[in-house]
This record gives sequence, structure tokens and C-alpha cells, in this order.
Amino acid sequence: MNDIVFRIGGEGGEGVISTGELLTRALARADYEIYTFRTYPAEIKGGHANFQVRVSDHLLLSQGDKIDVLLAFNQEAYDRHFKFLKVNGVLLYDSDSFSPPPDTNSCIGYGVPLTKIAVERIGLKFSKNVVALGVLSQLFNIPLERFEGLISEKFKKKGEEVFIKNIQALKAGFDYAVQHVKKTDPYRLEPVTRKRDVVVMTGNEAMALGAVAAGLKVYAGYPITPATDIMEWLARELPKVGGVVVQTEDEIAAIGTVLGASFAGKKAMTATAGPGFSLMTEFLGLATMTEIPCVVIDCQRGGPSTGLPTKTEQGDLNLALYGGHGDSPRVVLALTSVADCFQGIIRALNIAEEYQIPVLVLSDQYLAHRMASVERSNFQSVEVRERLRPTPEQLASYKRYILTETGVSPMAIPGDAGGFYTATGLEHDEAAELSFEPHNHEVMTEKRHRKLRMLEKTSNEIAKVYGLEQPEIAIIGWGSSEGVIREAVERAREEGNSVGALHPKLLKPFPTQRVKDFLKKAKVLIIPEINFTGQFASLLRAHVPFEPIAQLNKCGGLPFTPEEILAKMKEVHQHG
Amino acid sequence: MAEIPLETYKSDVHPVWCPGCGDFGVLSALYKAMHALQLDPTKLVFVSGIGCSGRLPAYVKAYGFHVVHGRTLPVSMGVRLANPELTVVAVGGDGDGFAIGGGHIPHAARRNLDITYIIMDNETYGLTKGQVSPTSQIGHTSGSTPYGNVEAPINPIAFAITYGATFVARAYSGKPKELVDLIVKAVQHEGFAFIDAISPCITFYDTYKMIPQKLASVPATHNVKDKAEAFKLALDTEHLYMGLFYQESRPTFEESVMATVHRAESKGMPKFDDILTAYR
Repeated sequence: MNDIVFRIGGEGGEGVISTGELLTRALARADYEIYTFRTYPAEIKGGHANFQVRVSDHLLLSQGDKIDVLLAFNQEAYDRHFKFLKVNGVLLYDSDSFSPPPDTNSCIGYGVPLTKIAVERIGLKFSKNVVALGVLSQLFNIPLERFEGLISEKFKKKGEEVFIKNIQALKAGFDYAVQHVKKTDPYRLEPVTRKRDVVVMTGNEAMALGAVAAGLKVYAGYPITPATDIMEWLARELPKVGGVVVQTEDEIAAIGTVLGASFAGKKAMTATAGPGFSLMTEFLGLATMTEIPCVVIDCQRGGPSTGLPTKTEQGDLNLALYGGHGDSPRVVLALTSVADCFQGIIRALNIAEEYQIPVLVLSDQYLAHRMASVERSNFQSVEVRERLRPTPEQLASYKRYILTETGVSPMAIPGDAGGFYTATGLEHDEAAELSFEPHNHEVMTEKRHRKLRMLEKTSNEIAKVYGLEQPEIAIIGWGSSEGVIREAVERAREEGNSVGALHPKLLKPFPTQRVKDFLKKAKVLIIPEINFTGQFASLLRAHVPFEPIAQLNKCGGLPFTPEEILAKMKEVHQHG
Repeated sequence: MAEIPLETYKSDVHPVWCPGCGDFGVLSALYKAMHALQLDPTKLVFVSGIGCSGRLPAYVKAYGFHVVHGRTLPVSMGVRLANPELTVVAVGGDGDGFAIGGGHIPHAARRNLDITYIIMDNETYGLTKGQVSPTSQIGHTSGSTPYGNVEAPINPIAFAITYGATFVARAYSGKPKELVDLIVKAVQHEGFAFIDAISPCITFYDTYKMIPQKLASVPATHNVKDKAEAFKLALDTEHLYMGLFYQESRPTFEESVMATVHRAESKGMPKFDDILTAYR
């Protein structure tokens, strides 16, 4: 049976996450499809961390529902996660750390003295993680050489001794399982026959890579969970292609630096989370008013205020849509999967440049730190767009904000002879000169909004449908819930239900026509969102009159599971 | 190459400032300094904040970016990072620079961002019709302090020196020759050049009579490399010294950043496929 959900739980800072990453990469290198989910404490040391990886030989759309194999390093991991373990699932635990209650009989338990092996045999306490990987390798038929390769890459740079000890730890775990664990569970990975050309990366890595592919040249940012690793990735990679990264004194300075760089002709971007995004809203109005391209990524986390810094939420949609004073057109794009993180950022930078408008990109913690296997072909077709620049004739009598059919005017940049203008947040006319005349403000406001109208077609086109095009039970979600909803729809369709899901990517402008078409035969519309109030549901209601809407909201910091979506479908079906 | 005439730097937009505003003196000095330096206006960017002084870029025939309140320095940094060939002059008032934007000066200074930053300091909020600012004196009565200001003013010169500005000067809009000279030196300076340009508000806080009484030139014997001596002059309560207090030579932010880029680039541009392969 090649669909297994592993979960590893233990003390934060003791290697749970890196163990999970090693397991994930080993599986991917053995040509399995993988999909991870992780939570981690807000503390650096201590707190509880867990890492989940689902493995299969077919396309994975979600982290799965219940757990098949729980690797518990301590009592807390058992206490927190045992209830999610399937009946007759496997509990693998460090018998030096704790023992499950004697009446634990709904699972198959294997106690392994992980700490003792690590301390006494290897002489390296934290190698208990690698010992555990050796045990997993033997029990579930994960090729040992995949782990050896990864350990070699990870530890050789730390010195020969560390490397050798970790290899010994891996083999000690493997051997212990051979000699002492009597396997009675049915889980066993069968080798994959189809070779796949995939890479394994997180959403944040895919976004950073996409930005480089799209021609990003200036990145400014301020550290904030869960966006920080975008800055760290770019700090390492962007200079190699002639770009610069600066860590600013705050998020206001970050977006200010982005606008300065874009004004001067370079593609520029910043990434943040809710608190930082809040600080940027004044500058976003300036970007709209001065028509300067920029991209802001918001890796959403639980809010308001400091909220749940390391947990996921879809709570910043309203801020992205409406956060700013005045009629302030901006584009809002929601990323849906790790693969989409790459293509989506390219799209965001392209739209920003082509329409000279701020593009706000919504990701979240669930997507930011989720590792997924993505076919290499996903990274192949990259179409890069540039901003409209004035011709020499246009520069001869240059008007920065000349009225056009598209609302987009050729943009001069410093260094262009004849292109002199002052970009200003004050209202201005076509020639960029200040004007507070009533008619002018109406004309220029309409010009700035015209760009959004131009994008409506794209918004309708790039929304995706899974399942039926015009279902009776309709689902519309957004952002990182795409895969989970899609899996739920597939399962419901197997049972013969008239179900389909529409998943928009551009939320502003809203894909109104596409939504209307999708809902033509619908008897009910389910809107799942990881927030309390249903921010997307409100947005939809403002564009499309439809009743009844069944909102499915949760905001505990965790993503949906397919079961939760299916349960809602059953509920509305019964009441329908 | 033919000389660029002074008139070339003047736009045909007429300033909105009140007649007698100190900002006229700063603008006029800027024209003369640009002319003296023969700066190429196509490679010149003025960045301004909000307040009366924020209108200045439109009066210069060059590129301008009139940004949000208090944020001239981050925007200037973006411009310089995008194109280090551009000359950037940031201008703003004392409210813009020291109140709402006060958090950015330390960082532009310690980075040694290679721009000129001119604060047009009138000790008041002129555009909102006269409230106290961070440089207003204790006891000053204003719209927001009808019973007198109770907050001590900051010392802009000491402030800038403390945070590592590599060129720190004070000027007075009523002494145009000295102001032109300081702007020329500031633009020529490689690094963060800070000028506190006292520029009285004739309408809401007229200091034209008060300022000259305290004004004195930085002594000719002053060694501008002597930081401790520069502090002494800055902290002097008897005199309001005008001139260059402090100057040091330190690598600029842009030089250091571009050196990093060139080091990274010199290893050869990575192939996209190789980057991907690292994620196997």
C-alpha cells in the first residue's frame, strides 16, 4: 500500500524538523511523491515541534487525514498526536523517554531505546534522530542508501567524525530493527517503478526561486516568521545574478526601499507577514498613486497582533483587499501550492511591471514551510514581462501619466533624457503636475482603476475548476487550501456526487463571470476558509448574488484536512 | 562639453511657499550648487517627504520622488541600490526627518548611504499651521502647546554624529554663500552627508531675528576629523555654529553591497538547472 502518513513529534530544537526533512528527501529521491506539513513552537529551544510527511506513488494533494505511523520522541508527542493515529496504526517511540499506557492496544507499538543507542553506541545524544531514521528505513522499506547519501551531504562539511557517527547511528537503528523488532503491521513501501524528475522544496523556496527567474533585482525585507527564509534564500542567491538584498530597519523601510528601486527601474519585492504588512499599507497607496510596480508577499500567520506567529491562517485577505486609504486599486493574488509559488511569483512580478501597480501576494505558514515534490517541468516555461517604457518621440514631449486605453502609461526612469518628472503622492495630471481639480481627480482615479478592469479577463481565465464545471454541490476556496479541497472533491466524485470546486488565483480583480458560470446549477456553495469570519465569503457576496452559502471556517492555526471538507459536503447534502 | 547653464536646473513650476520662507534660500542654494558641480540633471534624483519642504523636487528640473511622510531615506536607499550612478538628494523638514522619520536616520548614517540629506529645519510644523516639532524649544507656545512646549528639543548635529553620519554640517538659509558651499561639499562627499539647514517659517514661527544673534561660524581652527571636538561644538549652548562639524572617510553602503555582488557574480552565474538539482 503506497500511501502512508508519517508524523514525527518531539522537543523543539532537538532535530525533529531536520529528521523530517531527511525522511522527506530520502523518499523523494526514491521517486515517491511527498507532501509535508509542519508545526513548530514559537520558542527557539523547547516547546513542541512536529513534522508530518505523507508519501505515495501517486499525486498527493494534501497532508492527508489520520496518521499511519507516529514516531514519538517523548511523552508530549504521544499525548498530542496519539488521538490522530489510525486504528492499528504504528506507534514507534523512544522507550528511554517514556512508555505508552499499558492499555494502549488500538495500535501496533514498537518501543526502541533510541536515546540509549545514541548515547552508548554512538556517543552522540542527538544522533537518536538518525537512529530513528535507520529504524524507519528497515521497518517500512525505505532504501537505506538514500539516507546515506543525504547524511553524507549534510554532515560531511561538519567533519569526518560527525559524518561517520551519523552513518553508524543510521546503521545501528537499522540493525536494531532487524534484530529486535518483530514487525506485525501491514505498512511497507513498494518500490516505485516510474522514475520521476522532481525537486523537493518549500513554498518559500519556490517563491524566492520564481522571483529570481522573473528578473528580481532588489529585495528589501525585515525578519518575520514565517517569511524570513525568503530573505535568507535571496541574500544567498540574488547577488549571484547581480541583484541586491538589504535587511531594513523595519517593514516601512522595506517597502520604501522597494519603491525607490522600482522608481529607478529595477524589479523589486518584499515579503512579510501580517504585522509587517500592516505597516506597509501607507506606502502601498503611494505605489498605486505614483503607478510604481512592486510586489509584496504576505506569508499569513495567525492574527491579529502577534497572534500565532508559527501557525497558519487566512486572515489577511481583508487587509490585502482594503488595507489603505482612498480608492486604492491593487492586485491581490493568492498562491495555491508549492508549484504555484514558483509560477505565481513570476505572474505577480509580471503583472506589477506590466500594469505599474502593486501586486499583493497571499501565501501562509502552511504553504511557506510545506515541502512538496514538484516535477522539474513546472520550472521550465517562464515568460517574463517588462514595464512599458517611453519611445524617444514620447520622451520629446513626455507625459508620465498620459491617458491610454489600458490605463498604463509609458514609464520613464532616471537616466532617461527628457523624462523628467516628479512622482508624487499628491493628485496630479497627465504631465505629473499637481492638480486638485475635481474633474482631474475623477479622470485619474478612473485611469488607475482601469488597469484592474483590464485584468478581469485574466482573473476569470486562471481560476481552476476541479471536478464538475457546473456542480450541484459547489465549493470555492482560495489560497493554500487548493490541494485539500481538490482531494476531497475527487473522493466525493468517486462516490458519485455532483461536486466541483472552483479555485481562483486572482482575488482582485475578482473572477466574477467565472464564478457565475460555475454556480449556474449549484444548489449550495461551500466556502472553506482558515479564518473566523469568512473574509472570502464576504468578497464573493459583494460580487455574486448566491444563496445558500455554507461557510466552513476554522482558525486554530491548522490547515483543513480532506475529511473536514467531505464532512461539510455530507452535511449540506443531507440538509439539501 | 558645453557648460550647463544655471537656468537648466529650474523647473517652470512656481513654489507654493509663503513669501519670505527660508525654503526659497535652500532651493536657490541647491540650484547654484548643482550648477557649480555641473550635475547631469538626467542622473539626479530629489526625494522628499511631507511638509512645506516636500514640494521642493517639483521645482527642480530633474527626477523627483515626493514620498510619504518621513520616509525619504529608505526610498533614497532603493534608488541608489537600483542605480548607483544616480546622484540622490533627500530633502525634508524637521518633523519629517526627526519625528515621524526619526527611526531611519540612524540606519542611513550607520550604513553610510551615499546621498545628501538636507533637513530644512524651521522648528515647527508649517504646513499644518504651526505645531511644535522635535526641534522646538521648551516653552514654545503653539497650536498644540497653548501652555508652552514641555519637551526638550533634539540636537540634530549631535544626533547625526552619534549615529555615524560621515559628513555633518549646519547651514542657515539666510547665509546663501555658505549654504551653497556646504551643499557642494556634501554632494561631493562619498557617504551619508547630513545638513541641518535652518530655514525659518515666516508665517508660524518667525526666527529671522533670533537666529542671527546666536549664529557663529565653526572656528577655522576646528579639525573636522575630531569627533569629540565636533560634539563640543554641537553641544555649545551659547552659539549656534554653522559650517562643517564632522567628516570622515568610510566605505559607502553601495560600494560594500556592490562588492558583495561582484564577488558572488565572479563565480559565474549559476545555471537554473543546477539550482534546481540542489533540491533533489
